[in-house]
Amino acid sequence: MSTTTTPTSAGGTSLVTLGKRWDVIVERYNSQPTIIKALGLAAALVFVYALPLIRPPFFTTDQIDFGGVMFSVAAFALVAVGLNVVIGYAGLLDLGYVGFYCVGAYTTGVLTSYHWSWPFFLALPVAIAVTMVTGVLLGAPTLRVRGDYLAIVTLGFGEIIRICVKNIEWLGASAGIKDIAHPNTIGAAPQPPFDKGGLFEVPRLEWDGLIPSLDTQHKTAVLAFGAADAIPYYWLILTALILVLIGDRLVKASRVGRAWEATREDEDAAELMGVPTFKYKLMAFALGAAIGGLSGSFYASGQSGYISPDSFPLLLSMLFVAAVIVGGSGNRWGAIAGGALVAYLPERFRDFADYRLLIFGLALTVLAVWRPEGLLPPRRTRRAKAAEAEIDALEEGELEGGLA
Amino acid sequence: MNVLAVEFGNLFGSLSSFLDYTIGGLVFGAIYALIALGYTMVYGVLQLINFAHSEVFMYGTFAVAWTFVFLHGTDSVSQSLGEALPILLVALLAAMLVSAAVALLLERFAYRPLINKNAPKLIALISAIGASFALAEAMGLRDRFAGWVGLDDNLANYVSPEKARDVYSNPVTIQPKDLFDIGGYTVKDIDLVVVFAALAMMVALDQFVRRTKFGRGIRATAQDPEAAALMGVNSTRVVQVTFLIGGLMAGVAATLYMMKIGSTRQNAGFILGVKAFTAAVMGGIGNLRGALLGGLILGMMEAWGSAVFGSEWKDVTAFVLLVLILLVRPSGLLGESLGKARA
Repeated sequence: MSTTTTPTSAGGTSLVTLGKRWDVIVERYNSQPTIIKALGLAAALVFVYALPLIRPPFFTTDQIDFGGVMFSVAAFALVAVGLNVVIGYAGLLDLGYVGFYCVGAYTTGVLTSYHWSWPFFLALPVAIAVTMVTGVLLGAPTLRVRGDYLAIVTLGFGEIIRICVKNIEWLGASAGIKDIAHPNTIGAAPQPPFDKGGLFEVPRLEWDGLIPSLDTQHKTAVLAFGAADAIPYYWLILTALILVLIGDRLVKASRVGRAWEATREDEDAAELMGVPTFKYKLMAFALGAAIGGLSGSFYASGQSGYISPDSFPLLLSMLFVAAVIVGGSGNRWGAIAGGALVAYLPERFRDFADYRLLIFGLALTVLAVWRPEGLLPPRRTRRAKAAEAEIDALEEGELEGGLA
Repeated sequence: MNVLAVEFGNLFGSLSSFLDYTIGGLVFGAIYALIALGYTMVYGVLQLINFAHSEVFMYGTFAVAWTFVFLHGTDSVSQSLGEALPILLVALLAAMLVSAAVALLLERFAYRPLINKNAPKLIALISAIGASFALAEAMGLRDRFAGWVGLDDNLANYVSPEKARDVYSNPVTIQPKDLFDIGGYTVKDIDLVVVFAALAMMVALDQFVRRTKFGRGIRATAQDPEAAALMGVNSTRVVQVTFLIGGLMAGVAATLYMMKIGSTRQNAGFILGVKAFTAAVMGGIGNLRGALLGGLILGMMEAWGSAVFGSEWKDVTAFVLLVLILLVRPSGLLGESLGKARA
């Protein structure tokens, strides 16, 4: 009997080891007493919230406002979590996700600025509801189409939505919508030009090499949403992201989540087992759409308060899909990592200004070829891969043993 | 039929403008169909969306323009098809070579490592999206790269410094010549050449896949890759040939496109690629005849849509049509059948 039981592919090995490392971290965390777990979680949360104030050296973008970059990183992460429900959980390749993002943004724009002047927090739930309905309306006829056909149909819908907003006068046509309401400032009202209002002000850190110092010149007013500072928007969207993550975790672990998994793995088998696959696919589509709409709504009411049809190119859909898959389709942390990476890398490497898209494209290809399962694949995928490698090794061993 | 044409004529203003739109649509449809082949062949064999195929086409269009700059010079003139024909044939060859080379490079570096690892299909799509970005950007930054090797006046004609991202025009504009009249509409020689060249390529490819030994290998791999490999089909070679054919056809499409439109730019491939892929899906992806049918129908419907609703609704017409067709025939007009085609 041969003893060479090497796993068949190199990709599988690295994947399994990376996954194990992640599992070890998770297990070590889970084995701590509750109080330490809570403290760890709190510390992590504080760190994530304070990130644009800490401005860690090397990570900070010099050419462009770091708070703004962190906002788009969080927005991308939120979109990726939403799209992960559609692609990762339910296995529906949606290449037109930007359409939902667009619907959410435009609903907010129309309600708060273009036709009415609702406050942002009233427009937000309406935007989510409208996007969800759009998702159901688009999903109902198209979800009967399978696999790659769905990809092109959704891509078409994404483009249809963009062309519609570009050509319909009621939606601002190609000029777009400006002066979209910011979220309401809580605390003192801002008094231009210097007082930003809000509850209180926090200073940020300045780094000289690796030595931090307090920068009292640039302060961020907490819960003041103006045009000058992006950090409060980052906090808001981060809060939304955390809430969505909690919801995502509950849904994934529920009957619905298991139905999605069954549908994704084998639609016919799931249907035979009594899972109403169409209903669950539609649910995933609508839920994903709602999260996209939420993110779009935040984007519209962001720092600049301006949207136009050009803000929603088809290419953005490709970036969203790339974020989910690069991160590891089906794992919410992977989706966040992928979204953050896709939004952050082009901004960080503005030094290469014109070359950044070229480098981004190459990086995407290299990443795909080097790590086909994504950066953080879901544990189930890794277990399946490990089991497969084991079976392969066993079969080979037996065969060699039989021949000898 | 005549009554129907008159009815359409009313809708479009006059019969001649209806024919005008129809022929224009057919011409574009023929170009879509040729590009669609690249998507449909790769999909048929590998079941993956070759997203970067649009860049294969785009490099072909630049090859055509560069051939004209090389052989003709940069002074813009307007020539008839006959006068431009010698250079056009060289340009065709160049475009086919360049497009095929890009397609093979893609296969080697963006796809083969993933196919060898038996990676999920979706990740190949991401790899392709990345490659597509990189290729388009490399073309848009060509003046920078030329600057590294030393940019002289001669090279500047090809890379158009400072304006590398703008429209790059073919120095020779091919002037269409009127051939004959149908119902008040004059048929132009370029339109006829585009449609017939596309049809001829389609027939040739269809025969290649149906009748030759290599075609049988392609069909076998499309049907069942493992069984085909066991029967002695070299699957890597089959994949290479598939990409090669896709590239060659994209080169032909690029030449026809430059004949008709006369200018290109680094992102010219994207929307055309999306349309071509739509055409492939409409006709039944993996099906060569489907690609032709899908391309022609898409081109025509788009032209009619823009005539009736206004040109800004052209793309909407195309996608709505796609959705309607898929609702009625979920696997395209002619069904998926690269593997099922019998000799």
